[in-house]
Amino acid sequence: MISFRSVGKTYPGGTHAVAGIDLDIPAGKLTVFVGPSGCGKTTCLRMINRMVEPSTGTVAIDGVDVRDTHAAQLRRGIGYVLQNVGLFPHRTVLDNIATVPVLNGVGRRRARARAAELLERVGLSPEVARRYPAQLSGGQQQRVGVARALAADPPILLMDEPFSAVDPVVRAQLQDEMVRLQAELGKTVVFVTHDIDEALHLGDLIVVFAPGGRIAQVAEPATLLAAPADDFVADFVGHDRGYRALSFADAGPLPMVQAPTVDFASAVAAAHADGQVGEYDDVLGAGRGLPRWALLVDDRGHPQGWLDRAGLVAGRPLTRDDIRLGGTLIRPGGSLRSALDASLSSPSGAGVAVDADGRLIGTVSAQAVLAAIERSRAAAASPEAEGPVVGFADSDTVRAVGEAR
Amino acid sequence: MNWDWLARNASEIISWTLAHVLLSGVPTVVGLALSIPLGALASRYRWAYPPTVTIAGLLYTIPSIALFVLLPGILGTGILDPINVIVALTLYTVALMVRTVADALTAVPPDVRQAAVAMGYRPLRRLITVELPVAIPVIGAGLRVAAVSNVSLVAVAALIGVPQLGQLFTQGQQLDFYTPIVAGIVLCAAIAVIFDAIILSTVKLATPWRRLGRAAA
Repeated sequence: MISFRSVGKTYPGGTHAVAGIDLDIPAGKLTVFVGPSGCGKTTCLRMINRMVEPSTGTVAIDGVDVRDTHAAQLRRGIGYVLQNVGLFPHRTVLDNIATVPVLNGVGRRRARARAAELLERVGLSPEVARRYPAQLSGGQQQRVGVARALAADPPILLMDEPFSAVDPVVRAQLQDEMVRLQAELGKTVVFVTHDIDEALHLGDLIVVFAPGGRIAQVAEPATLLAAPADDFVADFVGHDRGYRALSFADAGPLPMVQAPTVDFASAVAAAHADGQVGEYDDVLGAGRGLPRWALLVDDRGHPQGWLDRAGLVAGRPLTRDDIRLGGTLIRPGGSLRSALDASLSSPSGAGVAVDADGRLIGTVSAQAVLAAIERSRAAAASPEAEGPVVGFADSDTVRAVGEAR
Repeated sequence: MNWDWLARNASEIISWTLAHVLLSGVPTVVGLALSIPLGALASRYRWAYPPTVTIAGLLYTIPSIALFVLLPGILGTGILDPINVIVALTLYTVALMVRTVADALTAVPPDVRQAAVAMGYRPLRRLITVELPVAIPVIGAGLRVAAVSNVSLVAVAALIGVPQLGQLFTQGQQLDFYTPIVAGIVLCAAIAVIFDAIILSTVKLATPWRRLGRAAA
């Protein structure tokens, strides 16, 4: 555990970068320092490895004041990932990763062997081992930066806005890998960002810093969204925090409706049976007063897309344009947010739910998801209830996602 | 050109050329070696930078001939002792290189320096294994200027009688005879080109990361 006790930092000239904070950072968790620029989050991060010395108060790791250890020695036991990576341009990728083990006196050969293992761990191919940093993409450089920080297997990892300099697509990849890596390694990670979405995505615990170098709130992501401590936090978390809070609410069992489905193979076969209007009509039901949208399903039960019957003309061959792919899928263990998104993004207005193997379970309307959200709120308000109450409003409810798992 | 004269004086010209190489080469190497710690101090401690650079600049404005004449008195050496020339040119090299080294080290990207600090480097090891290697291209560019400047400055020492290629210019002037002057210029230029090539290839060998195309293969 890393603890801050009455820690303050005042720069010459009287600027208060950090104003007497108290904070406990739990071991083995990913704690995010988030807040607007210039509110002391990086300063606090750097106090942990003594790159910044506090003006007042103490920072301690497992009860030992960091000032009791020589700065260089302390830093070799704490991984650090910089915003702009800061790889050593004159060393190969492998030697960059091997930096701290070599500093610790591990032989170069052994340090390189370990570096090669780490290369794989952070998702880089062995081919990049002998390259120099300037030959890597931004995303690759950042992965090497993470590998270098992990090389000596430090229990603590400090990350200072590590993914802010790469493009959004690469950033999302790196964030997902960070989640995976942390699940494998279980380090005590302190992660600085000014991006609240990144904080909510990665953090087990979020520390919101406010201007003036004070801490506005320390909370788990769901709590932060549901109950911001003050107007500053509410404003910082963002105007659509109510919607985003659904990300942390398990969708649980949702009332499913068995949507009219059409077997993909027979639909195509029927459409190609040129001139045989009767068969075409039987399968596709164009102009027969059937529901407008039918879900196409392949022979393994995987949903393929929605068929718009309103657009069909008897006798005209079926084309790709008649099938609308749109819509995300509701997967087992998904959140209320993903369920709502699936129904809102579906061309038919019904979200498609699949099981773990991607087979169709049923469809859910946005209204049904909203009802589930209401129940979830009601359950949260009454402390006796555990989780969302299951209720089946529709008579034609077939089965629930929960049973299908 | 009087080739006969050159042929007759060949052995003397060769020994002058070798002396010229030593008198300009040794100060370049020693001057660089002295500039690195001084430049590192000037780069590390901000207060040390302005006086260091000012003193170095003033040093470079002392006329070489004055230094050649003054040094025997200060060092207690004979007037014809080549040590005087070596010391004087070392001072000029330091005057040129201190600023270059300080600026080259200051120009090391802050992210690289910060990363080295965060990884747990102590200052001396960080300087030797991270900052200096990264600063090599800039230091090398400065050294090329200093080396060539030394080759031409040595010739001035002919005026006080230290034997090297400068002798050819004084001889040519005394005899009102152009052959030795032309020969001196050509040989000086050749030495300068060779020094330049040595520095360039050393820099290239020491900075494989800058030849990315080959390293990528």
